[in-house]
Amino acid sequence: MRSPLGRAIGYGSAKEGVQHWWGQRISAIALMPLCLWFVSAIIGLVGADLDAVQDWVGRPLPAILLLLVVIAVFYHAALGLQVVIEDYVHAELAKLGLVIVVRLLCFGFAVAGIFAVLSLALTGSG
Amino acid sequence: MRSADRPLSPHLQIYRWQLTSVLSILHRATGIVLSAGTILLVWWLVAAASGPEVYEGVEDFLGTWIGLLMLFGWTASLFYHLCNGIRHLVWDTGHALDLKSTYLGGWVVVGATGALTLIAWIVGISRWVS
Repeated sequence: MRSPLGRAIGYGSAKEGVQHWWGQRISAIALMPLCLWFVSAIIGLVGADLDAVQDWVGRPLPAILLLLVVIAVFYHAALGLQVVIEDYVHAELAKLGLVIVVRLLCFGFAVAGIFAVLSLALTGSG
Repeated sequence: MRSADRPLSPHLQIYRWQLTSVLSILHRATGIVLSAGTILLVWWLVAAASGPEVYEGVEDFLGTWIGLLMLFGWTASLFYHLCNGIRHLVWDTGHALDLKSTYLGGWVVVGATGALTLIAWIVGISRWVS
C-alpha cells in the first residue's frame, strides 16, 4: 500500500509518525515513580508551615524532582487532553482551537510551576 | 431504509454496563480531573514562592471541606490513573488482552486504587492530628 520511501520514513497519514504515542508512554513511565514520590512527600509535609515548605522546595533533590513532576505532568496532560478533544470534538475549527488552548495552558502552567520551584531553590528563602 | 434510521451499536442507553468499559471511561475522566487538579499544585508552588499572604490563601482554601474534597478526589484519581495506566502499558506490550485477564486486571486496579487512597489518607490524617 505504501511507497518504499513512505515505509522507510515511517510516518503515517498524520505526518508525525508515532511520536505522540511514544511521548505519552515515556512520560507515563516517568510519572509512575515521580507521582509516588510526590504523594509521599506531600504527606510528609502535612502540618508544615510556610518556612518549612519553602525550605523543602528549595533543597536540591526535592527541587529537581518537583521540576521533573511539573514538566512530565503537563507534557502528559497536553498529549492526553489532545486525544480526548480529537475523539469528541468533531467540528474542525473548534477541535483545532481547543487543542491549541490546551497546549498553551499546559505550557503556561508548566512555566509557572518551574519558575516557582527555581525561585525558591535559587534564592534560598523565596 | 435511510442510513439515518439504521440502528446504531453500541447504543449507550441500553448497552449493559461492564467493568471494562466503566474503567476505560474512568481512565479518561480521571485524566481530565488530574489535569485540572494539577493547577492546584502549581497554585501551591507559586504561593509558596510568593510569600505569607498568598500562601495563607491556599492553606485556607485547602482546609475547607471543598478543598479537602478536591484533595481527596485528586488523590483517588491519581492512584486510579496510575494503576490503570500500568494496566494500559501491559496491554501495549500485547499481553493480558484476553477477557479473563482484562477483568482480573480491572479488579486488581479497583482494589489497589482503594487501598492506596486509604493508606495515603490514613497516614496523612494521623500525621495531622499528632
